[in-house]
Amino acid sequence: MKKMKVVEGAYAVAHAAKVCKPHVICAYPITPQTHIAECLSQFKADGELTGESINVESEFAALSCLIGASAIGARTYSATSSQGLAMMHEALFNASGMRFPIVITVVNRAMSAPINIWNDHQDSISQRDTGWIQLYAENVQEAADMTAQAYKIAENKNVLMPAMVCMDGFILSHVFEPVVLLEQDITDDFLPPYDPEYYLDPKNPMTFGALGDPSVYTEYRYLQDKAMENALEVIEKTSMEFNDMYGRYYGGLIDGYRLDDAEIVIAAMGSIIGTLKDTVDELRTEGIIAGILKIRSFRPFPKKEVRRIAKGAGIIVAIDKNISLGTGEGALCTEIKACLHSAGIDTPVFGSMLGHGGRDVSKEVIEKLVYRAGDMMKHGLKEENEFTDLRRELL
Amino acid sequence: MSNENLLAPGHRGCAGCCDAIAAKFVLEAIGSDCVVCSPTGCLEVFTTPYPESSWKVPWIHSLFDNAGAIAAGMETALKAMGKKGDTKVVVIAGDGATFDIGLQCISGAFERGHDIVYICIDNEAYMNTGVQRSAATPMFASTTTSPSGSVSYGNPTLKKDMPAILAAHGSPYVATASISYAPDFIRKVKKAASTGGPTYVQVHAPCCTGWGFDGSKTIEIGRLAVETALMPLYEMEGREITRVKKIKNRKPVDEYLRMQKRFSHLFSDASGKEVIKKIQGMADWNAKHYGLE
Repeated sequence: MKKMKVVEGAYAVAHAAKVCKPHVICAYPITPQTHIAECLSQFKADGELTGESINVESEFAALSCLIGASAIGARTYSATSSQGLAMMHEALFNASGMRFPIVITVVNRAMSAPINIWNDHQDSISQRDTGWIQLYAENVQEAADMTAQAYKIAENKNVLMPAMVCMDGFILSHVFEPVVLLEQDITDDFLPPYDPEYYLDPKNPMTFGALGDPSVYTEYRYLQDKAMENALEVIEKTSMEFNDMYGRYYGGLIDGYRLDDAEIVIAAMGSIIGTLKDTVDELRTEGIIAGILKIRSFRPFPKKEVRRIAKGAGIIVAIDKNISLGTGEGALCTEIKACLHSAGIDTPVFGSMLGHGGRDVSKEVIEKLVYRAGDMMKHGLKEENEFTDLRRELL
Repeated sequence: MSNENLLAPGHRGCAGCCDAIAAKFVLEAIGSDCVVCSPTGCLEVFTTPYPESSWKVPWIHSLFDNAGAIAAGMETALKAMGKKGDTKVVVIAGDGATFDIGLQCISGAFERGHDIVYICIDNEAYMNTGVQRSAATPMFASTTTSPSGSVSYGNPTLKKDMPAILAAHGSPYVATASISYAPDFIRKVKKAASTGGPTYVQVHAPCCTGWGFDGSKTIEIGRLAVETALMPLYEMEGREITRVKKIKNRKPVDEYLRMQKRFSHLFSDASGKEVIKKIQGMADWNAKHYGLE
């Protein structure tokens, strides 16, 4: 049994970033930040950080500094949340377009207005199309472990795309849990130094970020999408390598819980998976055969795996802590529907939006949802969306 | 001075382009041991249409508004990886990216004291996109977003004092220069590079396309800006002006203004004369304030 320590989620992730030995880290301390930036600053002050840190004036500058550093060939790290991630938006596209394998932790929090510092997934989901790998962690240990995995995936020569490790604000970032802090020696073996083929060097001058006119632009986008496709396999492989070296496994692109015979499959991302597991266990004692499809990788999206699981299911319940306003549903729901439809799979999909702005998701809410899904199956309903935890008395 | 041209010819700049002249001088002054960042602008567009590049030094373009942060990240990475040595981190930017949209990232980089040399090629408007006004546009110049008209004499505001802003950040060396005074400009870039710390050189660069004059007159017009005292050339160290380029036989401003289409509205009727008087007043103030005579 490895030695566990009770630490705050933010500390566990900052520690994970530290043992990955980034050359340059920078983070803006607010809008909002977590203790990750403070922990890293303390590591630096205590001489534990091998790289340099920059106290930048905004999240836009934070990511821009990392782009500059990555162009020199450095391994880089930052962390942010909600408004800060939105402020990075312009630079997110740029990092991906120039194929810099930057890793950032996104502590998922709601977008303003109304101003709200609590958890949901609107921030990272809104950056879905910027060309970043998006991985979602279920618990603190997975968020820490995913950090090392993210570097290995992003820096893979067949990938070279930046990655976000998404962890739920407060529920994971501010909670104290027993975790195994990533060991330096194992991490050194798991994650060798970043060795880029292309970087800015006076001895071998190269031009980065050239103008791409209509005769070449499409090919850049095509190659980025190919890189995402390549990442599908690399994410699976990296999870297994991580398991071999550290002895912990969380699934690859997806993970399943009691899926083998499940009629009702609940698809979700992040810390809600823990609540879902407890609820499913209880529902099974009542004879409701439910299981959980945990989406670890939202970008690239695991179409093949989702289709395989959906084929054998009676209904999919897609849980979203976000909404694409104007469609009446969340991004995971849309994604699942699209990937099933394009493969001719007619398993019904029930979209549930809940937990927005940090609203607590109780077992009772999940139970209600599963009963509703059961009714839908019984009545042959194909498609439905709802705000499951809506307080109608406030409307 | 190296004989090698580190900005290769064959780029797509206009004939008489001030940007190309300025960038060439900067690289002559800095030499090949550097990494360069240029924000979005004419220079980036005409030197790097993929798969071509004029840059014989390592060069990156990221965005319009983040050159200060890109440079800060490059400098920090070079240090963190033990590769800094004598390598200079240089920004070559336009006035829009410097005075306006990139100001926050520049302020951050200067406040933190990164070892970067920031060169602003100041052609006094957004030339890459059709001559829109920037905070560097002089008062009464007509641009496409501050046009002259029946109730307008063009840009209604004074040029932002960027050198003073960056000197106030504690920059150890801030200078203004002109592409028409090449040895002076090159000396200042060399001094900015050898001083270390965040340093700033703002080089006045007449744009034939945006200002409206023949491309053969670029250097002549740049010289007139200095000779009229509309563009004072000075150096600042520790927030104090330590050296100025003196003017012998200062010329009246209308010699400078009448050569440019952006000021032609001032010569079309009698009321323009009053405006030219005001501009002359600005030149007189410069001459006195900076001690140019």
